[in-house]
Amino acid sequence: MKLLRILATLLFAAIAVSPAPTFAGEGGRTAKPVIEIANPGKCVAPVDEMRRNHMEMLKHQRDRTMRQGIRGEPASLNACIECHASKKTGSVLGSNENFCQSCHSYAAVKLDCWDCHQPKAGFKATGVKP
Amino acid sequence: MTAPQEPGSNPRRAFIAAAGAGVAGLGFTAIAPGLHLMAVGQADAAEVRKAGSAASPAVRWGLLIDAGKCAPGCTKCVDACHTENGVSEKLPDPRQNSQWIRKIELVDRRDGRKTELPMMCQHCANPPCVDVCPTGASMKRADGIVLVDRHTCIGCRYCMMACPYKARSLVHVPLTEQNPEVPRGQGCVESCTLCVHRVDRGQTPACVESCPEGAMLFGDLNDPSSAIAKRIASVPTTQVRSDLRLNQGVRYQGL
Repeated sequence: MKLLRILATLLFAAIAVSPAPTFAGEGGRTAKPVIEIANPGKCVAPVDEMRRNHMEMLKHQRDRTMRQGIRGEPASLNACIECHASKKTGSVLGSNENFCQSCHSYAAVKLDCWDCHQPKAGFKATGVKP
Repeated sequence: MTAPQEPGSNPRRAFIAAAGAGVAGLGFTAIAPGLHLMAVGQADAAEVRKAGSAASPAVRWGLLIDAGKCAPGCTKCVDACHTENGVSEKLPDPRQNSQWIRKIELVDRRDGRKTELPMMCQHCANPPCVDVCPTGASMKRADGIVLVDRHTCIGCRYCMMACPYKARSLVHVPLTEQNPEVPRGQGCVESCTLCVHRVDRGQTPACVESCPEGAMLFGDLNDPSSAIAKRIASVPTTQVRSDLRLNQGVRYQGL
Protein backbone atom coordinates (compact mmCIF):
# COMPACT_ATOMS: atom_id res chain seq x y z
CA MET A 1 0.00 0.00 0.00
CA LYS A 2 2.78 2.35 1.00
CA LEU A 3 4.68 1.43 -2.13
CA LEU A 4 1.65 2.20 -4.23
CA ARG A 5 1.36 5.64 -2.61
CA ILE A 6 5.02 6.36 -3.31
CA LEU A 7 4.57 5.27 -6.91
CA ALA A 8 1.51 7.47 -7.29
CA THR A 9 3.39 10.44 -5.82
CA LEU A 10 6.30 9.83 -8.16
CA LEU A 11 3.99 9.57 -11.13
CA PHE A 12 2.25 12.81 -10.16
CA ALA A 13 5.59 14.57 -9.72
CA ALA A 14 6.74 13.31 -13.10
CA ILE A 15 3.64 14.70 -14.77
CA ALA A 16 4.01 17.99 -12.93
CA VAL A 17 7.60 18.64 -14.01
CA SER A 18 7.32 17.23 -17.51
CA PRO A 19 7.89 19.93 -20.14
CA ALA A 20 4.65 21.69 -21.02
CA PRO A 21 3.65 21.92 -24.68
CA THR A 22 5.52 24.81 -26.30
CA PHE A 23 3.35 27.86 -26.03
CA ALA A 24 3.90 31.19 -27.61
CA GLY A 25 4.71 33.85 -25.05
CA GLU A 26 7.06 33.70 -22.10
CA GLY A 27 6.94 30.04 -21.18
CA GLY A 28 3.80 30.43 -19.08
CA ARG A 29 1.45 27.54 -18.65
CA THR A 30 -1.23 29.28 -20.65
CA ALA A 31 -0.90 30.08 -24.30
CA LYS A 32 -0.67 33.81 -24.85
CA PRO A 33 -1.23 35.65 -28.10
CA VAL A 34 1.88 36.97 -29.78
CA ILE A 35 1.49 40.65 -30.48
CA GLU A 36 3.70 42.72 -32.69
CA ILE A 37 3.35 46.46 -32.11
CA ALA A 38 5.22 48.81 -34.43
CA ASN A 39 5.38 51.82 -32.08
CA PRO A 40 4.69 50.68 -28.50
CA GLY A 41 4.39 52.86 -25.41
CA LYS A 42 2.33 55.84 -26.57
CA CYS A 43 -1.19 54.64 -25.93
CA VAL A 44 -4.05 56.93 -24.90
CA ALA A 45 -4.69 54.87 -21.74
CA PRO A 46 -2.84 52.28 -19.60
CA VAL A 47 -2.61 48.77 -21.04
CA ASP A 48 -5.02 47.21 -18.55
CA GLU A 49 -7.67 49.79 -19.29
CA MET A 50 -7.19 49.45 -23.02
CA ARG A 51 -7.48 45.66 -22.85
CA ARG A 52 -10.69 45.85 -20.90
CA ASN A 53 -12.35 48.94 -22.36
CA HIS A 54 -11.07 49.64 -25.87
CA MET A 55 -14.32 48.46 -27.41
CA GLU A 56 -16.36 50.80 -25.21
CA MET A 57 -14.04 53.72 -25.93
CA LEU A 58 -14.28 53.14 -29.66
CA LYS A 59 -18.03 52.61 -29.58
CA HIS A 60 -18.75 55.88 -27.80
CA GLN A 61 -16.24 57.76 -29.93
CA ARG A 62 -17.74 56.37 -33.12
CA ASP A 63 -21.22 57.54 -32.13
CA ARG A 64 -20.01 61.02 -31.20
CA THR A 65 -18.05 61.38 -34.42
CA MET A 66 -20.67 59.85 -36.68
CA ARG A 67 -23.80 61.37 -35.17
CA GLN A 68 -22.60 64.67 -33.71
CA GLY A 69 -19.63 65.33 -35.96
CA ILE A 70 -17.09 65.61 -33.14
CA ARG A 71 -13.63 65.14 -34.61
CA GLY A 72 -10.17 64.77 -33.13
CA GLU A 73 -10.94 62.57 -30.15
CA PRO A 74 -8.09 60.59 -28.60
CA ALA A 75 -9.88 57.25 -29.06
CA SER A 76 -9.96 56.77 -32.80
CA LEU A 77 -9.59 53.71 -34.97
CA ASN A 78 -7.28 55.52 -37.38
CA ALA A 79 -5.11 56.64 -34.46
CA CYS A 80 -5.01 53.03 -33.17
CA ILE A 81 -3.54 51.64 -36.34
CA GLU A 82 -0.96 54.41 -36.68
CA CYS A 83 0.92 52.78 -33.77
CA HIS A 84 -0.39 49.25 -33.73
CA ALA A 85 -0.10 48.22 -37.35
CA SER A 86 2.61 45.63 -38.00
CA LYS A 87 5.98 46.83 -39.26
CA LYS A 88 6.08 43.96 -41.73
CA THR A 89 2.65 44.19 -43.30
CA GLY A 90 1.60 47.72 -42.28
CA SER A 91 -1.72 46.27 -41.13
CA VAL A 92 -3.49 45.24 -37.93
CA LEU A 93 -4.90 42.24 -39.76
CA GLY A 94 -3.58 39.44 -41.92
CA SER A 95 -1.82 37.03 -39.58
CA ASN A 96 -2.25 35.94 -35.99
CA GLU A 97 0.73 38.10 -35.02
CA ASN A 98 -0.95 41.29 -36.18
CA PHE A 99 -2.31 43.42 -33.40
CA CYS A 100 -6.10 43.20 -33.64
CA GLN A 101 -6.29 39.75 -35.13
CA SER A 102 -3.92 38.14 -32.60
CA CYS A 103 -6.07 38.84 -29.53
CA HIS A 104 -9.39 38.54 -31.28
CA SER A 105 -8.61 35.11 -32.70
CA TYR A 106 -7.19 34.09 -29.31
CA ALA A 107 -10.34 35.22 -27.51
CA ALA A 108 -12.61 34.07 -30.35
CA VAL A 109 -14.29 37.46 -30.55
CA LYS A 110 -15.59 38.55 -33.94
CA LEU A 111 -13.87 41.60 -35.35
CA ASP A 112 -16.19 43.69 -37.53
CA CYS A 113 -14.45 47.08 -37.64
CA TRP A 114 -12.27 46.28 -40.61
CA ASP A 115 -15.11 45.19 -42.88
CA CYS A 116 -15.54 48.91 -43.52
CA HIS A 117 -12.51 50.66 -41.99
CA GLN A 118 -9.11 50.59 -43.64
CA PRO A 119 -6.80 48.29 -41.60
CA LYS A 120 -3.53 49.54 -43.13
CA ALA A 121 -1.60 52.39 -41.52
CA GLY A 122 -0.98 55.37 -43.75
CA PHE A 123 -3.02 53.84 -46.57
CA LYS A 124 -3.55 56.27 -49.42
CA ALA A 125 -6.42 55.42 -51.70
CA THR A 126 -5.28 55.96 -55.28
CA GLY A 127 -5.63 59.54 -56.43
CA VAL A 128 -6.85 61.07 -53.16
CA LYS A 129 -5.39 64.51 -52.62
CA PRO A 130 -4.11 65.44 -49.15
CA MET B 1 -25.15 82.76 -24.19
CA THR B 2 -24.54 80.74 -27.29
CA ALA B 3 -26.41 79.28 -30.21
CA PRO B 4 -27.75 75.77 -29.69
CA GLN B 5 -24.75 73.48 -30.07
CA GLU B 6 -26.04 70.07 -29.12
CA PRO B 7 -28.47 68.33 -31.43
CA GLY B 8 -30.59 67.41 -28.42
CA SER B 9 -30.78 70.96 -27.06
CA ASN B 10 -34.05 72.81 -27.08
CA PRO B 11 -34.14 75.39 -29.88
CA ARG B 12 -37.04 77.19 -28.15
CA ARG B 13 -34.89 77.76 -25.10
CA ALA B 14 -32.11 79.23 -27.26
CA PHE B 15 -34.69 81.43 -28.95
CA ILE B 16 -36.03 82.72 -25.65
CA ALA B 17 -32.50 83.34 -24.37
CA ALA B 18 -31.53 85.18 -27.54
CA ALA B 19 -34.74 87.17 -27.59
CA GLY B 20 -34.28 88.07 -23.92
CA ALA B 21 -30.89 89.53 -24.59
CA GLY B 22 -32.36 91.75 -27.28
CA VAL B 23 -28.98 92.73 -28.63
CA ALA B 24 -28.44 94.16 -32.11
CA GLY B 25 -26.12 92.22 -34.43
CA LEU B 26 -27.64 88.81 -33.91
CA GLY B 27 -27.94 86.38 -36.79
CA PHE B 28 -31.45 85.72 -38.01
CA THR B 29 -32.51 82.36 -39.37
CA ALA B 30 -35.88 81.91 -40.97
CA ILE B 31 -37.50 78.79 -39.56
CA ALA B 32 -40.91 79.52 -41.09
CA PRO B 33 -42.39 82.44 -43.00
CA GLY B 34 -42.57 85.36 -40.62
CA LEU B 35 -40.87 83.42 -37.81
CA HIS B 36 -37.19 83.84 -37.16
CA LEU B 37 -34.75 81.98 -34.99
CA MET B 38 -32.16 84.32 -33.57
CA ALA B 39 -28.72 82.86 -33.12
CA VAL B 40 -25.42 84.31 -31.98
CA GLY B 41 -22.03 83.44 -33.43
CA GLN B 42 -23.04 81.56 -36.54
CA ALA B 43 -20.18 79.57 -37.95
CA ASP B 44 -18.44 80.95 -40.98
CA ALA B 45 -18.50 78.72 -44.07
CA ALA B 46 -14.72 78.78 -44.31
CA GLU B 47 -14.13 78.44 -40.58
CA VAL B 48 -12.75 75.14 -39.32
CA ARG B 49 -14.81 73.75 -36.49
CA LYS B 50 -12.74 73.24 -33.34
CA ALA B 51 -11.64 69.70 -32.53
CA GLY B 52 -13.98 68.28 -29.94
CA SER B 53 -16.96 70.46 -30.84
CA ALA B 54 -20.14 69.07 -32.36
CA ALA B 55 -21.69 70.03 -35.69
CA SER B 56 -23.78 73.13 -35.12
CA PRO B 57 -27.49 73.34 -35.94
CA ALA B 58 -26.93 77.04 -36.67
CA VAL B 59 -25.22 75.93 -39.89
CA ARG B 60 -26.91 74.30 -42.83
CA TRP B 61 -24.53 73.09 -45.48
CA GLY B 62 -25.80 73.30 -49.01
CA LEU B 63 -24.80 73.22 -52.64
CA LEU B 64 -25.86 75.40 -55.50
CA ILE B 65 -25.31 73.85 -58.92
CA ASP B 66 -25.46 76.02 -62.02
CA ALA B 67 -26.78 73.65 -64.69
CA GLY B 68 -26.16 76.33 -67.32
CA LYS B 69 -22.43 76.08 -66.69
CA CYS B 70 -22.30 72.28 -66.45
CA ALA B 71 -20.34 71.15 -69.55
CA PRO B 72 -21.87 68.39 -71.71
CA GLY B 73 -19.97 65.12 -71.41
CA CYS B 74 -17.79 66.31 -68.52
CA THR B 75 -17.62 63.86 -65.62
CA LYS B 76 -14.91 65.53 -63.55
CA CYS B 77 -17.16 65.88 -60.48
CA VAL B 78 -18.15 62.20 -60.67
CA ASP B 79 -14.52 61.11 -61.02
CA ALA B 80 -13.33 63.38 -58.22
CA CYS B 81 -16.10 62.15 -55.89
CA HIS B 82 -15.45 58.51 -56.55
CA THR B 83 -11.69 58.96 -56.17
CA GLU B 84 -12.04 60.90 -52.95
CA ASN B 85 -14.44 58.41 -51.45
CA GLY B 86 -12.72 55.28 -52.76
CA VAL B 87 -15.70 54.19 -54.87
CA SER B 88 -13.75 52.12 -57.37
CA GLU B 89 -15.30 48.65 -57.58
CA LYS B 90 -16.39 47.51 -61.02
CA LEU B 91 -18.89 44.68 -60.77
CA PRO B 92 -19.94 42.29 -63.54
CA ASP B 93 -23.38 43.84 -63.39
CA PRO B 94 -22.73 47.59 -63.67
CA ARG B 95 -26.15 48.31 -62.16
CA GLN B 96 -24.71 47.14 -58.85
CA ASN B 97 -21.83 49.63 -58.85
CA SER B 98 -22.07 52.26 -56.16
CA GLN B 99 -22.99 55.67 -57.45
CA TRP B 100 -22.52 58.60 -55.11
CA ILE B 101 -23.03 61.17 -57.84
CA ARG B 102 -24.01 60.84 -61.49
CA LYS B 103 -24.46 63.06 -64.49
CA ILE B 104 -27.95 63.22 -65.95
CA GLU B 105 -29.18 64.84 -69.12
CA LEU B 106 -32.51 66.59 -69.40
CA VAL B 107 -34.05 67.03 -72.83
CA ASP B 108 -36.87 69.45 -73.44
CA ARG B 109 -39.02 67.49 -75.88
CA ARG B 110 -40.62 70.60 -77.36
CA ASP B 111 -37.45 72.26 -78.60
CA GLY B 112 -34.73 69.64 -78.00
CA ARG B 113 -32.79 71.83 -75.57
CA LYS B 114 -30.41 69.69 -73.54
CA THR B 115 -29.27 70.42 -70.02
CA GLU B 116 -26.75 68.37 -68.06
CA LEU B 117 -26.42 68.35 -64.33
CA PRO B 118 -24.88 66.30 -61.55
CA MET B 119 -27.40 64.50 -59.33
CA MET B 120 -26.64 63.16 -55.88
CA CYS B 121 -28.07 63.07 -52.37
CA GLN B 122 -30.01 66.32 -52.05
CA HIS B 123 -29.49 66.54 -48.26
CA CYS B 124 -33.16 67.20 -47.56
CA ALA B 125 -34.27 69.02 -44.44
CA ASN B 126 -37.08 66.43 -44.20
CA PRO B 127 -35.37 63.36 -45.60
CA PRO B 128 -37.65 60.42 -46.51
CA CYS B 129 -34.70 58.04 -46.11
CA VAL B 130 -34.50 58.99 -42.44
CA ASP B 131 -38.27 58.60 -42.02
CA VAL B 132 -38.32 55.03 -43.27
CA CYS B 133 -35.09 53.65 -41.76
CA PRO B 134 -36.07 50.83 -39.37
CA THR B 135 -32.86 50.99 -37.32
CA GLY B 136 -32.18 54.72 -37.16
CA ALA B 137 -29.03 54.30 -39.25
CA SER B 138 -30.17 56.82 -41.83
CA MET B 139 -29.74 60.15 -40.10
CA LYS B 140 -29.45 63.90 -40.55
CA ARG B 141 -26.59 65.60 -38.78
CA ALA B 142 -27.21 68.87 -36.95
CA ASP B 143 -25.65 70.86 -39.79
CA GLY B 144 -28.04 69.36 -42.35
CA ILE B 145 -25.81 66.64 -43.85
CA VAL B 146 -27.75 63.41 -44.41
CA LEU B 147 -25.64 60.33 -43.64
CA VAL B 148 -25.85 56.58 -43.16
CA ASP B 149 -24.49 55.31 -39.85
CA ARG B 150 -23.03 52.05 -41.12
CA HIS B 151 -22.65 50.80 -37.57
CA THR B 152 -26.41 50.37 -37.40
CA CYS B 153 -27.30 49.92 -41.09
CA ILE B 154 -28.64 46.44 -41.77
CA GLY B 155 -28.69 46.85 -45.55
CA CYS B 156 -32.47 46.54 -45.94
CA ARG B 157 -32.46 49.17 -48.71
CA TYR B 158 -35.74 50.70 -47.62
CA CYS B 159 -34.08 54.13 -47.84
CA MET B 160 -33.10 53.42 -51.44
CA MET B 161 -36.77 52.84 -52.20
CA ALA B 162 -37.83 55.99 -50.35
CA CYS B 163 -35.34 58.37 -51.95
CA PRO B 164 -36.95 60.27 -54.86
CA TYR B 165 -33.52 61.00 -56.35
CA LYS B 166 -32.11 57.44 -56.54
CA ALA B 167 -29.22 58.83 -54.56
CA ARG B 168 -28.32 55.75 -52.56
CA SER B 169 -26.45 52.55 -53.38
CA LEU B 170 -25.83 49.28 -51.60
CA VAL B 171 -22.32 47.87 -51.45
CA HIS B 172 -22.54 44.35 -52.88
CA VAL B 173 -19.00 43.04 -52.44
CA PRO B 174 -16.29 43.01 -49.74
CA LEU B 175 -13.98 46.03 -50.07
CA THR B 176 -10.32 46.53 -49.20
CA GLU B 177 -9.30 49.81 -50.83
CA GLN B 178 -11.24 52.24 -48.64
CA ASN B 179 -9.95 55.73 -48.03
CA PRO B 180 -9.09 55.71 -44.27
CA GLU B 181 -11.36 58.72 -43.81
CA VAL B 182 -14.27 57.20 -45.71
CA PRO B 183 -15.11 53.80 -44.24
CA ARG B 184 -17.46 51.79 -46.42
CA GLY B 185 -18.22 48.10 -46.71
CA GLN B 186 -20.37 45.28 -47.93
CA GLY B 187 -24.00 45.14 -46.87
CA CYS B 188 -24.45 48.82 -46.07
CA VAL B 189 -26.25 51.52 -47.96
CA GLU B 190 -24.26 54.62 -48.82
CA SER B 191 -24.63 57.93 -50.59
CA CYS B 192 -23.08 61.35 -50.99
CA THR B 193 -21.82 62.55 -47.60
CA LEU B 194 -21.18 66.08 -48.89
CA CYS B 195 -17.56 65.01 -48.21
CA VAL B 196 -18.25 65.38 -44.51
CA HIS B 197 -14.64 64.51 -43.63
CA ARG B 198 -13.43 67.42 -45.76
CA VAL B 199 -16.13 69.83 -44.60
CA ASP B 200 -15.22 69.10 -40.97
CA ARG B 201 -11.69 70.31 -41.60
CA GLY B 202 -12.83 73.43 -43.45
CA GLN B 203 -12.54 72.20 -47.05
CA THR B 204 -15.20 72.05 -49.73
CA PRO B 205 -16.52 68.78 -51.20
CA ALA B 206 -14.36 67.07 -53.83
CA CYS B 207 -16.90 67.64 -56.63
CA VAL B 208 -17.01 71.38 -55.96
CA GLU B 209 -13.24 71.60 -55.96
CA SER B 210 -12.93 69.62 -59.18
CA CYS B 211 -15.48 71.46 -61.34
CA PRO B 212 -13.53 73.25 -64.10
CA GLU B 213 -16.52 75.48 -64.90
CA GLY B 214 -17.03 76.64 -61.33
CA ALA B 215 -20.62 75.44 -61.63
CA MET B 216 -20.87 74.23 -58.04
CA LEU B 217 -20.98 76.47 -55.01
CA PHE B 218 -20.77 75.11 -51.48
CA GLY B 219 -21.58 76.97 -48.30
CA ASP B 220 -23.79 77.69 -45.33
CA LEU B 221 -27.39 78.33 -46.41
CA ASN B 222 -28.17 79.80 -42.99
CA ASP B 223 -25.49 82.46 -43.13
CA PRO B 224 -26.88 85.48 -45.07
CA SER B 225 -23.34 86.69 -45.77
CA SER B 226 -22.18 83.44 -47.41
CA ALA B 227 -21.72 83.38 -51.20
CA ILE B 228 -24.30 80.63 -51.62
CA ALA B 229 -26.97 82.43 -49.58
CA LYS B 230 -26.35 85.66 -51.48
CA ARG B 231 -26.64 83.88 -54.84
CA ILE B 232 -29.84 82.10 -53.79
CA ALA B 233 -31.25 85.44 -52.66
CA SER B 234 -30.44 87.08 -55.97
CA VAL B 235 -31.05 84.53 -58.75
CA PRO B 236 -33.91 82.08 -59.33
CA THR B 237 -32.98 78.62 -58.10
CA THR B 238 -34.87 75.33 -58.07
CA GLN B 239 -35.15 72.46 -55.67
CA VAL B 240 -35.70 69.31 -57.75
CA ARG B 241 -39.18 67.90 -57.05
CA SER B 242 -39.94 70.80 -54.76
CA ASP B 243 -43.54 69.54 -54.77
CA LEU B 244 -42.43 66.87 -52.31
CA ARG B 245 -41.62 69.63 -49.80
CA LEU B 246 -38.40 68.00 -48.66
CA ASN B 247 -36.51 71.31 -48.61
CA GLN B 248 -33.34 70.04 -50.19
CA GLY B 249 -29.94 71.48 -49.32
CA VAL B 250 -28.82 70.99 -52.93
CA ARG B 251 -30.29 73.59 -55.26
CA TYR B 252 -30.04 74.07 -58.99
CA GLN B 253 -29.80 77.18 -61.09
CA GLY B 254 -30.69 77.35 -64.79
CA LEU B 255 -33.01 74.34 -65.01
